[in-house]
Amino acid sequence: MSLTLLNVIVAVIIAIAFAALNAAYLVWAERRGAARIQRRPGPNINGPFGLFQPPLDGVKLMAKQLLIPGGVDKVLFMAAPVLAMAPAITSFVTLPFSDLIVGHNMHIGILLIFAFASIGGMSLLFAGWSSRNKYSMMSSVRAVSQAIAYEIPMLITVITVVMIAGTTDLMGIVKGQMGGFWHWNIFPFKAGLFNPLMLMSFLIFFTCSLAETNRAPFDLGEAESELVAGFHTEYGSMGFGLFFMAEYANIVIGASLTTILFLGGWDCPFGFFPGVWWFLLKIYLLIASFIWIRWTFPRTTIYGLLNLSWKILIPLSLFNLLLTAGLLKVF
Amino acid sequence: MGAYFSEIFSGLWSLFIGMSITFREFFSPTVTVQYPYETLTMTARYRGHIDLIVGEEGKTNCVVCGMCEKACPSDCISLAGEKPEGGKKKELTKYTLDFTKCSLCGSCVESCNFNAIDFSKEYNLASTRKEDFYFDLLQRLKDRNP
Repeated sequence: MSLTLLNVIVAVIIAIAFAALNAAYLVWAERRGAARIQRRPGPNINGPFGLFQPPLDGVKLMAKQLLIPGGVDKVLFMAAPVLAMAPAITSFVTLPFSDLIVGHNMHIGILLIFAFASIGGMSLLFAGWSSRNKYSMMSSVRAVSQAIAYEIPMLITVITVVMIAGTTDLMGIVKGQMGGFWHWNIFPFKAGLFNPLMLMSFLIFFTCSLAETNRAPFDLGEAESELVAGFHTEYGSMGFGLFFMAEYANIVIGASLTTILFLGGWDCPFGFFPGVWWFLLKIYLLIASFIWIRWTFPRTTIYGLLNLSWKILIPLSLFNLLLTAGLLKVF
Repeated sequence: MGAYFSEIFSGLWSLFIGMSITFREFFSPTVTVQYPYETLTMTARYRGHIDLIVGEEGKTNCVVCGMCEKACPSDCISLAGEKPEGGKKKELTKYTLDFTKCSLCGSCVESCNFNAIDFSKEYNLASTRKEDFYFDLLQRLKDRNP
């Protein structure tokens, strides 16, 4: 028992370190990537290729005063950034990076991650509501309606994958996909299941994870052009820093989940040398495409966003759920 | 029903087209000029403040006719000259430009019949002091050919 506890503590420390490092350097990657797409050099003054920029930004944020505006609901105002960051860290504990590297594997791992993801939505609500600012309020209303709209198709897609795998254990889901890319859930051409619509499910899941992490083109929560900075308008210093880190940690979690559910986790596409490097390669490719998408598409309207979810993603994911259930029954 | 699916597919396709454009831009070279470290050469037709043209033997072509002074609508130019002992032509002894009032209209350059003044390529002109914009063009001429 004590060994398990020690395992979890070590896992949490490693998860925090991994999340913080990723958050810092994904900001760098994002800024460099955005700059390249817009044909600028991006941050390149501090250190080689601007690599010292993220720690310097961190020092700057930590050195600032944590200002609490008058009239805010102090408890919720202070709790919101922590609530944003805590579930992001906790989700890392149950994510299997390879068959050996996992903090604490659970049989209900995927349920756990989605439970924590909904706490993230609550933190946006707290932040917007407690700020005593009409823009923050509006932003949190948007963020919550968006979270509700996109959690439904995401969970339906997850149910499809869980039906194929027959387990909610993340490790079990990956183990069901071992043995080359034709066994992955994105192209499940294995005995007993020939479902060509899984590619569509993958796209639905990917879109939903963009929307869940409040990334452009679904970043209506912080829509700078309309709502100043949305729910984190009133936050400065590390309050803002935590929201920022939580966003990037959530991106890593979204990419990891997409990899685990659809891209075979740590499985090699050609069947040899499976290991954590394949997992990292896949998640960083997905993160690169997150960044790529952000700097390609303009922000959608709230109507466009909700229409996309309720009129397109939910019916299609429900259809694929039924089709997969039928296929599993027939073969 | 057909329209519903064709809209989904055409929409999705347009997204991929957009992404291919940014993908190409990602690998094209950057166009930023890192200003304080690198600068662009100014174009031939750039109009900075006026400067005296370097004539023969590093001297000015100016004969102190005063046409530029008269042409200037804002009274920016003041010049003076005197005949050296034994010389026939006047020589320039003072040429100051008050750039605080100059609107770069170019009337002075047009009015000059002796090819003595032209636009410079100077553009790094920012200061908090008014005095920095009173240019002694004769001094600038000497500075350019030591």
